[in-house]
Amino acid sequence: MNKNETAAAETQTAHNPEYLVEIQHERLSFFTPAGEVKALNDVSLYVREGEVLGIVGESGSGKSVTAYSIMGLTAYPGRLIGGDLWFNNHYINTMTEKQMRKIRGNEVSIIFQDPMTSLNPVYTIGDQIREVILLHTNKTKQQANDRARELLSLVGINEPDKRLKQYPHELSGGMRQRVMIAIALACEPKLLIADEPTTALDVTIQAQILELMMDLKKKLGMAIILITHDLGVVAGTCDRIAVMYAGKVVESGPTDDIFYHPAHEYTKGLLQSIPNLNEQEHKRLIPIEGSPVDMLNPPAGCPFAPRCRSCMKICLNRPPEYTHLTDAHFSACWLLDKAKFEAQGEEKN
Amino acid sequence: MTKKNPLSLQLNVDDFLPATEDERQSLVQLRPSVSFWKDAMRRLRKNKVAMVSLVIILVVMIFAFVIPSFYPYQYEQQIKGAVYLSPMTYSVDEQAKIDAGEHVFPHILGTDNLGRDYAIRVMMGSRISLLVGIIASAIILVIGSIYGSVAGYFGGLTDLIMMRIVDIIYTVPDILLIVLLSFALRAPMDALSAKPGFQWIQTVGVNLISIFIVFALLYWVGMARIVRSQVLTLKQSEYVTAARALGANSSRIIKHHLLTNCIGTLIVTTTLQIPSSIFTESFLSFLGMGVAIPMPSLGSLASDGLNGINSYPYLLLAPALLISLIILSFNLFGDGLRDAFDPKMKS
Amino acid sequence: MEQTKLVEVQHLQQFFPVSGGSLMEKKVVKAVDDVSFFINKGETLGLVGESGCGKTTTGRTLLRLHEPTDGKIFYAGKDITHVNMLPYRRKMQIVFQDPYASLDPRMTVGDIVGEAIDIHHLAKSSKERQDRIIELLSLVGLNSEHANRYPHEFSGGQRQRVGIARALAVNPEFIVCDEPISALDVSIQAQVVNMFEDLQEQMGLTYLFIAHNLSVVKHISNRIGVMYLGKLVELADSYELTFHSVHPYTRSLISAIPIADPKVNRAAHRIVLQGDVPSPVNPPSGCRFRTRCPYADKCCAESEPEWKEVSPGHFAACHHLDRVK
Repeated sequence: MNKNETAAAETQTAHNPEYLVEIQHERLSFFTPAGEVKALNDVSLYVREGEVLGIVGESGSGKSVTAYSIMGLTAYPGRLIGGDLWFNNHYINTMTEKQMRKIRGNEVSIIFQDPMTSLNPVYTIGDQIREVILLHTNKTKQQANDRARELLSLVGINEPDKRLKQYPHELSGGMRQRVMIAIALACEPKLLIADEPTTALDVTIQAQILELMMDLKKKLGMAIILITHDLGVVAGTCDRIAVMYAGKVVESGPTDDIFYHPAHEYTKGLLQSIPNLNEQEHKRLIPIEGSPVDMLNPPAGCPFAPRCRSCMKICLNRPPEYTHLTDAHFSACWLLDKAKFEAQGEEKN
Repeated sequence: MTKKNPLSLQLNVDDFLPATEDERQSLVQLRPSVSFWKDAMRRLRKNKVAMVSLVIILVVMIFAFVIPSFYPYQYEQQIKGAVYLSPMTYSVDEQAKIDAGEHVFPHILGTDNLGRDYAIRVMMGSRISLLVGIIASAIILVIGSIYGSVAGYFGGLTDLIMMRIVDIIYTVPDILLIVLLSFALRAPMDALSAKPGFQWIQTVGVNLISIFIVFALLYWVGMARIVRSQVLTLKQSEYVTAARALGANSSRIIKHHLLTNCIGTLIVTTTLQIPSSIFTESFLSFLGMGVAIPMPSLGSLASDGLNGINSYPYLLLAPALLISLIILSFNLFGDGLRDAFDPKMKS
Repeated sequence: MEQTKLVEVQHLQQFFPVSGGSLMEKKVVKAVDDVSFFINKGETLGLVGESGCGKTTTGRTLLRLHEPTDGKIFYAGKDITHVNMLPYRRKMQIVFQDPYASLDPRMTVGDIVGEAIDIHHLAKSSKERQDRIIELLSLVGLNSEHANRYPHEFSGGQRQRVGIARALAVNPEFIVCDEPISALDVSIQAQVVNMFEDLQEQMGLTYLFIAHNLSVVKHISNRIGVMYLGKLVELADSYELTFHSVHPYTRSLISAIPIADPKVNRAAHRIVLQGDVPSPVNPPSGCRFRTRCPYADKCCAESEPEWKEVSPGHFAACHHLDRVK
């Protein structure tokens, strides 16, 4: 997948070696029979080592597509049509499939939403964990088995010998997700991508799994990209958050900034539309009007414009550029430019 | 993550005015409505094989139903002295007429052993075969779908009993039953045909009536099984539960929700049943169990043609080719329909 | 204000047979096991619990979409456990969870909404029927041009609105809302929740609101019942339950919910339950929660806890309410 379509080698911007993951202006489309679906439309984000980045968005926002593109797992008929991706100082755009395979499972791992469909039902748990170990290391089968037992204990599964011989359908949802995590961590990757890891789980099991992930992060010092639509989950686990809408990162910054000083209307709208369990009296929810955008025909300007209550004329015609509110917190919204513009106007006068 | 140039000259104050509701809504376009049928037809049109088959079917239909009205010869008309003519030749008498200046329509496929124009006989044969195929398939569709949907919907003991009856019916030898029925019905049918309004029985023939009766008794079981399995799956759908919650009774649910969602399967199965019925009828006619003479059917024409296969091969070739063509084109079209009616709609 | 009971269930049981039992012993899933509650006219009772707790089965059994294995159902004082449901279908309706599966893909939206009108002969002419359909669609925020389109042309939120319009077509008094927003995007959920509240006010509806998201249930409900493995473990006023719950399961459920507020999240004391939910085919003896309960002891395995009134209107079933802090 990763042959560079454009002449990015000449125009690629410098990579900041401090960042484990760096994505700059990524554009990715799916060329379907119905037309070009512009799944990613200028996405930029970064993750430092040992940091937890939460990517928040709804269906169609492009959050999973972004994560998959880092691993080179973009499904046909998707194609990278612009931007630069770096992971662990590899330039993903130009890596061959063979090179990517060395990295997957090894330096970067992924766990998916539905553990039942991502675990192979005809192989035992032991087989599937050992597969990853044997693929990327020089261990013998016996050593791999020992390591598999170690991993199961690490993720909190009792009776590891018994479990290694079981098949996925014999385990509960929470256990299967733990097995997924064990497989993902087998080679101690530097980055773990978790794509809606707890959405299909009950709340009490979700709490267990999230606690486990944070524990493991501390123990192994890995970075995590946590993809979810649940703002509560990111509030408790993430250091930084990127909010995506219709294939763009509309706001990004440290967790406290996003929750307490949201800058983008979409972020604000999301925060206001969630009922708060702790509120003392009944306050009517303030929803975001309208429906999610049609990715075959995204609007010319800001993708959120049709649903934005502060939509201005310029929002309909031109996509906004990023404005920095602090060093780490930025957002793409014309309202921020408007403030600056007016300030400029006053200065001149 | 570049900072925007605050001194950009491309902005002006008006840009920052709030957008009106209309301007916002203009960005929200509703895609043109596409119903299940349009989508299926679109897919069908793209399928070249299915389209060619459809054209062939239409041509055969015209051949069988339209052209005979304009054809100068009748299927039972025996022309003296014009026996066993090869295609596109004239008898001595006809040649004489042409020399005298009269216009005699050529025998495109020659004539048979009784001097009847073969082309019109093949056309009528096709008409009979097609009619039998279509009517038989219609009977199968109605009986099979009702039986299958009732068994599938009610389940439990009803389903059990109904399906065991189906199993028993499967074991009955159909050809044997047809033969027995024809013998059994001959006398009563003859008596009935004497009564006013029932003359058509003589034209159609007891055999053919027996065939239809047997189709109605035996051949619907395949359709019933298919419909039952579809209904078993569909009745778990949440929209069926929703209909029950609204107070819909069983017949409404079966009619409006279950059968309508099977329509693709029903159409395809029926379309594929037609060549099967035609083949059965041809086979029976070939054995002499089909339409009453002088009414031709492709099978009986082929059977008669078999006798003179060495000297007059066209007598066998024409009906045999036509049977093959009809069956093949219906099969291919049915396959194309099946592909077009893929139940998963794109979202 | 006088409260009249509109809907009541007493000792409701719903057991489903499951394959794999021997000839002597038929295996059953005790999906709903001895559940009793009532709902007053005009109020919203929320029902929460995790997967396998039986809340959805309770809602559907209440409408007799499944025939109850045992127990009684009352509507406006009348025992409707074994009666012909057709007249009651006009008073009790349901909105489903999955907006994609609950609408017949072959029918237009107008026909879907109009089906109820047809079944109960609520319109005398086709014009009257058409007017009523458009009226219902506008009640839920859709317009007349949507009536001729098919479900697959709409987004999840819009399809859910169609489902609501369909439920309203018979002019019901009581609606079972079976996880109506779980399948929707977060930004759409608030729209639909508000719509439910508005309709309740406009039309004087009574709701049974079933969901696994306690935050939403608390927002919309007057009282909340918590279910675990087929049993009701606690029932109280919404605020009372959220801030003064007494059952260990309710406590852990509430503490497990991640709040969209980083500071609160960091300060929260989480009760993280160990282990997984037991299988409903083989529930634990005595109190079903004892396998994961931090306060469980011997007597919890021996007998099922009684349903006690802990304070006015606040009920719970636990042997050791005094131990729970």
